[in-house]
Order: sequence, then C-alpha cells, then structure tokens
Amino acid sequence: MEGESLSTRLRMNLRAVYARASVRVKASFRERSWLLGETLFPFLSMSAFVFVYRGLKAPREYEGFVVLGGAMIAYWNNVIWGMASQFFWEREQGQLQLYLITPASRMSILLGMALGGMAMTTTRAAAILAGGILLFHVSLPLDRALPAFGLFLLTLGAAYSLGMILSSLFLLWGREVWHTATILQEPVYLLSGFYFPVSAMGTGVAIVGSILPVTLGLDGIRQVFYGHAAHGLLPVPWIPPIQIALTLIFLFIAAVTLRYMENLGKHEGRLTVRGD
Amino acid sequence: METPRRLLGGGGVLSSRDAAIDIQGLTRVFKARRKAGEVRALQGVDLAVHRGECFGLLGPNGAGKSTLIKILTTLLLPTSGRALVVGYDVATEPYQVRKRINLVSGGDSSGYGVLTVRETLHLFSQFYGVPGPVARRREEELMEVTGLSDKADARLSGLSTGMKQKLNFARGFMSDPEVIFLDEPTLGLDVEASRDVRAFIARWVRERPERTVLLTTHYMMEADELCGRVAIIDHGRILALDTPSALKRMLPAEPAFEFQISATGQDLDSLREIVGVRSISHHAHPATGAVELRVVVQEDDVIGEVLGRLKMMDRSVLHLTKMEPTLETVFIHHVGRGLTDEIVEERDGG
Repeated sequence: MEGESLSTRLRMNLRAVYARASVRVKASFRERSWLLGETLFPFLSMSAFVFVYRGLKAPREYEGFVVLGGAMIAYWNNVIWGMASQFFWEREQGQLQLYLITPASRMSILLGMALGGMAMTTTRAAAILAGGILLFHVSLPLDRALPAFGLFLLTLGAAYSLGMILSSLFLLWGREVWHTATILQEPVYLLSGFYFPVSAMGTGVAIVGSILPVTLGLDGIRQVFYGHAAHGLLPVPWIPPIQIALTLIFLFIAAVTLRYMENLGKHEGRLTVRGD
Repeated sequence: METPRRLLGGGGVLSSRDAAIDIQGLTRVFKARRKAGEVRALQGVDLAVHRGECFGLLGPNGAGKSTLIKILTTLLLPTSGRALVVGYDVATEPYQVRKRINLVSGGDSSGYGVLTVRETLHLFSQFYGVPGPVARRREEELMEVTGLSDKADARLSGLSTGMKQKLNFARGFMSDPEVIFLDEPTLGLDVEASRDVRAFIARWVRERPERTVLLTTHYMMEADELCGRVAIIDHGRILALDTPSALKRMLPAEPAFEFQISATGQDLDSLREIVGVRSISHHAHPATGAVELRVVVQEDDVIGEVLGRLKMMDRSVLHLTKMEPTLETVFIHHVGRGLTDEIVEERDGG
C-alpha cells in the first residue's frame, strides 16, 4: 500500500461515486427532451390502463396500482437503459478504457451511475406520480407513506444492484445489447405486474417474477397503501428482508461479474475495442 | 537491491528503479478470431524508458504500438515477459500503476454532451482522488494552455471535433500523472491545434523533469521535435532505438531522393525492380494531387535509371530533390515503407 491509508482510498472512491452520480443529476436538469420521451409517453401508456379499469368499473384502488406501477417503470427503464447498457455505450464511445485505467474501483463508478440514475429518474417518476394523482385523483394515504417509502428505497437498492450485474453482462454480449434490453423491457412489464396485481398471474408465475426486485417491491408498496385490496403475493413483513438479501446477493454477483469481465478483457483484449 | 541491467539503444546502465517504464521479454499473442492460428502482436520486446524522458514509439499500423500501450496502462495482460511502470508490475500491481499514469488517445473524445468543459475535466480528476481546490486550479491551467478557457462553460455537445480532442488531451493531464501515454495525440487536429499540443507537451516535460511521456505518432516531425529517444517498432519487435540524431547518423550513406510526379501513369511499385533501388514510398499530395515519391538508392547514379523508368511509365517529373536524412528516412530504412503511405491508404478506404 506504500503508506496509503484505507481512508485515502475510501475518500478517492467516494469522490468517484459523487462525480459519476453528478453527471446524471446534471443531465436530468439540462436535457429537457426527457419530459416527452420519459414522462409523457409512459404517462400515456399508464393512462390507457387507468381508462381500461375505469371502463370495467374496477375498484378505484386499481387506478392507484397503475400509477404506482407507472412510476416504478421509470426506474426499471433506467436500470436497463441507463445502468445495464451504460458500459456498452461507454465502450462504443471509446471511453470505457478511461474508466478502466483509473485507480477508482469499478464498483464505485457503477455505484455512482446507480445513485445518479436513481436521482435522475426520481424527477421522471415524481412527474408521473404527480400527474396520476392530479389528473386521475388517485389517492395515496399519506399516513402510510413512510413505510411505503422505506420499501421503495429497498426496492431501488435491489433493482440497481441487478443493473450493476447487467452492465457487465451487457458488455460481454456486445451487439446483442439492443435485443437484450428489449427482452428485459416489455416482458418484465408483464412479469412484474406493473399495471396489475402480480398475484393475478398465479402464484407460480408471480414467484418466478419475484426474482426481479421491482415485482416484490411494487407488490409490497401497493399492500402498504391499499391493504388487502392489493391482492398481495407475499406478506409485507417478508419483503424487506428479501429485498435486502437480493441487494447483497446482487452486489456480490456484480462485483464478481465485473472482475470476470475485466479479467476477460485483459486476457482476450476485446473489452476496450469498439464495435466488438 | 536490484541488479542494474543494460538498457537497449545505448541507454547505459540503469537500475530498473530509475526507469519509468521497464519492459523485459514482453510478448503478447492474440487468438485469431475468424481463422485458426494466432497473431503475435509483441514478440519479446525489451525496452527501458528513463524517468523524465519524452520517448517516441514509431511504427506502422499493426506494429504492436497500441498493444504495448494497452499492456502498460493495465488494460491488457502480457502473454509472457514483464513490464514495470514506475517500478510497479502492470500485471500484478495494476492499482499502483493506475494511480501514476494517464492515457490520451488521439481522435477520441471524452466526457458527456451535457457537461461543460470545466465539469468534464473535474469529473475525470475525481476518479484519481484529486482534491477539489487542486482540481480546480489544474482545470484553469489546462484550459488556458489548450486554448479552451473561452469554452470553459460550454457544453461538450456544442464543441467542434477539434475542441473535443483538445479537451480529451487536457483530461489526460488532470491527474498530473508520473507517466503519460500519448497515443497519436494530434491525430485529426488542425495545424495550429497540433502545434499548441506539441508546445504543451514540450513545456510539460520541461517544467516537470521527473515526469515521463511515451508518445506514439504517425508524424515523424512530431517525434523529432519532442522525443529525446525514439524506438521504431514493426511486427511486434523493436527494430531500432536511439536519439533521433543518432538514428539518422546510423543510416548507411545511401542517397535518398524525393520526386513530385504526375498522378496518372503506370504502377510505381515496379521501380523496386531496378537494381540499386533500396526502397520506395509514395503517397498522393493532398493539396496538388501530384504524387510524392521517395526513393532510396545505393548510389547517385541509379537515379538516372529511375528517371528513365518513370518516363516509360508516362509519369512526368515535376520536381526532384535530394533528401537529407530524416526520421522518416530512418523509418523507411527499417520498416521498408513510409508511415504517410499508410495514412493515405487508410484514408482511401484501405
């Protein structure tokens, strides 16, 4: 270590996390085009489901399910396109090598991307949520907001940890990244029950879908707000430990896959080559 | 205590502790992707670059320059051999190496369109743990010397390609590295910007005698101007290594001639068949459209036969000069072709 203390190294990595996160936070305020692509269009899709439920005269809670799902979709899209695909895009720009030659840990760079992504997406999700509450008069009981928010944070932790794994895998899959991202989009909307209670698909399918942290997270948040009307899959008290366990497992796998990806690149020499 | 070992190219006896870069028997083999077999990108390279040196690495595409730089910057592992950067093994101590180096690849840009020039420089300094006040001071200095001060608060998305390249260049110096790898740093820059970049490198080396530059370039004049020593590499082997002046002196006393000839006519490669012609290289002159032909001959008399053959090929000779040895002629002597030939071939879609 040559006299370099752990705190010096920690400080450097925290600087890296903050710096990488700040890119996304700044982007969220400077790139106004997201208002259309990442807020208005998802809001329209969400609205369609609200009107379907209204047309069927479903209980009002269902409109709440849809609005919460619509907000959560913004995060899932960010996990796929902003986290999982990011290293691939960095490589295509010839920029990945600039990260790989720095002394900062790759995990801190990924963590910065994740935290920045969460912050950036919160503006989108908040806009969708606010639109749903104001336009469709969806009610979210404020007295239950704190536990719901806690569950929401745990869900984001697990979802972005999964995104950290995917960022290495997407890099290895190379050109297939578009297909992979698409596969992880629409089918996950279904499997995670973004617009309906996931238990409606049957317990077996719902349990399989629960490998995705957003599935259980959304299910838990709906239960917190709407109780039995949410047709929950698992009891709410079970969900936080599962999300914490998923976060830890995903972070461990992310570290392993990142190391594997870097070692493979060093051995085969194709990691920093564009258009591989 | 380390045993002093002799360096290549008349570098004298030097402990590897004094070397910024110390390479012994470095070999890198790649598996060929679409066909069986393998590609030997580096073949037993030995090299020592002194601390405080600006060292040039010249070679045609595929010579092994980029592979060597990737190994030295910890992006790639060697198949065999050993490479130390500032005394640390690139394979086993990558963290220690990374703290002390940086890399600029010409033609590339760095950063994100939504960030400003100043923010981009700051961003990359943070991955090296540069404290805020130090980073801000360096940002100002580097923007000043690279002519980016006026664009400090402009977003990257609005910058010209040349400006982005200058920014990428400045980025490489934000961590104040002990060793900086400059891979074709002026590639694609206009004449004025290239001159600014060269002036900056020269000043950086002069003001920081303990810092080291490893420069690869296609521009011989650039290497001649900046580098204390130069290595010529081809097919993964170092063919020559010394100061530019010593390399020129080492050239056998073979006369070299430069022709400007008409662009149309028969293929020039048959000139190689003339007895006494040692090597030829040629490329189209971008401004005039004429062809610049360089011919190295065993003795002056041979040039008469070259002129005769050109006439037979329907090539008009527009201009003829006898050349003094340059780094380019040294390169042609060792590699058998000029670097500029290759650039033209690439530009033509080769």
